[in-house]
Amino acid sequence: MQAVPVVIGIVVLNFLLLQLAPGDVVDVLAGEAGYATPEYMATLRAKFGLDKPWHVQLVFYLKNILTFDLGYSFRHGMPVAELILARLAPTALLMGTAFVLSVVVGTTLGVMASRFPNSWRDSAITGFALLCYASPLFWVGLMFIIVFSLKLDLLPISGMETIAAFHTGFDLVIDVAHHLILPAVTLSLFYLAVYTRMARASMLEVARLDYVTMARAKGLKERQVVYKHILKNALLPVVTMAGVQMAGMLGGSVIVESLYGWPGLGLLAFNAFFARDLNLLLGIFFLSSMLVLVVNLMIDMIYSLLDPRIEAR
Amino acid sequence: MRDIWRRYKRNPGAVFGLMLIALVIIIAVSAPFIYPHSPFKMVGKPYELPFGAFVLGTDTLGRNVAAGIAHGARVSLMIGLLTTLIAVVAGAMIGGLAGYYGSWVDDVLMRITELFQTIPSFIFAIVLIGIMSPSLESVIIAIAAVTWPPVARLVRGEFLALRNREFVQACIGLGMTDARIILTQMLPNSLSPIIVISSLMVATAILFESGLSFLGLGDPNVMSWGFMIGAGRDVLRIAWWVCTFPGIAILVTVLAINLIGDGLNDALNPRLLGR
Repeated sequence: MQAVPVVIGIVVLNFLLLQLAPGDVVDVLAGEAGYATPEYMATLRAKFGLDKPWHVQLVFYLKNILTFDLGYSFRHGMPVAELILARLAPTALLMGTAFVLSVVVGTTLGVMASRFPNSWRDSAITGFALLCYASPLFWVGLMFIIVFSLKLDLLPISGMETIAAFHTGFDLVIDVAHHLILPAVTLSLFYLAVYTRMARASMLEVARLDYVTMARAKGLKERQVVYKHILKNALLPVVTMAGVQMAGMLGGSVIVESLYGWPGLGLLAFNAFFARDLNLLLGIFFLSSMLVLVVNLMIDMIYSLLDPRIEAR
Repeated sequence: MRDIWRRYKRNPGAVFGLMLIALVIIIAVSAPFIYPHSPFKMVGKPYELPFGAFVLGTDTLGRNVAAGIAHGARVSLMIGLLTTLIAVVAGAMIGGLAGYYGSWVDDVLMRITELFQTIPSFIFAIVLIGIMSPSLESVIIAIAAVTWPPVARLVRGEFLALRNREFVQACIGLGMTDARIILTQMLPNSLSPIIVISSLMVATAILFESGLSFLGLGDPNVMSWGFMIGAGRDVLRIAWWVCTFPGIAILVTVLAINLIGDGLNDALNPRLLGR
């Protein structure tokens, strides 16, 4: 229930942004330079109650947006909601893969580093994480393209499938996976570094707790202590991070998708910006905010399942 | 002060970071002297290889890549510092008010902070720039608008803890005004974590700016590292150096600032040492 004010807050923020834009709301909604017909503009003006005071306008806007009526994009000749839904799957595939990659590889590296603090292995992993943490992902992506696509010719430069190959079934899956490797790895690197650092710190922290000493005193093998006792509790903060990562990766997907021509939400947002299709951009903004909100709620629930000390809010 | 430096020195990574950033600052300061002409000026043939007539080669239009990097350093550092300053002041004000006054003020301000933490910041920045049209100011405003929430949460936490300390209660008892207590008593006492978070925010802001100008959302009249990489992206096949060197500049700068942030964290919060 805590989510309700946030949803309303996001809608109000969207409304304020619309007000800030040059021209009246309908000018913005219809896109610039006469893409819309005058009849449509008139319908829109009535629909948004532009002749009424601003608080009535806000109520109109709330009603429209909460029924997912996000308007029409004349640049694409499609309702915004439909446009966004069509692009959701590629982005979900990209972000899902990057998410799994960063969590699995990141925590594994973090745990490995924490086993022997200050050893050469720890230093190598920590150094790698520092580098990933500091490198701009669009640049890493370009370097990947130079090495893996241009020099070694192993992976495709852009797109989601080979154009004009018309693969079907299993071939299509392989083809998409082939195109997915570079974007997913690029998108995962930053959070991979975050998880490595977090998992390492958290493992070292938990390893000092009394119950771990107890487990050792019972004569358990070191492997058992590390993987059964320490790891389970050390992974809790990693779960919290997942919500933050969701919001961060949506932004990263704009860069990665426009870099690799991946036909998802990020590329749509990028194109909307340059086509000055502000309404579409705001629609993407609204929907991606909702997405983060939903993921955050899910994480809260998972968290309270994992750690009974915390009650679901 | 001397204690802080002594503890800072113990961290070799942090000292290395300080050396790197000193180098970047020297390059930024001396840019107008080494390369007095505008970085947009065409000085040679296009696609000159690096380590030839020009140390880092020339780009598609025959502009000197090294001059671009030197002038870009000024832009990146300036944007990093300015956005951080704005975001820290705004965040500290919001978090400070929430932590000091508590009750409904806290509720309202924290809901707003949560809202800003939920929305995807990069997309929000793009929307803001889309509304304001790309310029140096709009980039700075957009980055500051998405980076303040962590500061607000941090300052609120500090203030909540300080609020019940005896010296603050004593000030209230003495009849000091709220503004004076906040500015002269509580703020100085929560300065160390604010300094640490600010240093890390400079790095975030530089990364953020480079991402925006790479996409072409930055000010087209300002030579920045992200812009150079974006411009060189189409000629990746024939001129790898146009993208590569500005990226290394970003990497080195951000790495250096992160190392300094870690070092400051150890130096200013000695209780956490050894963790």
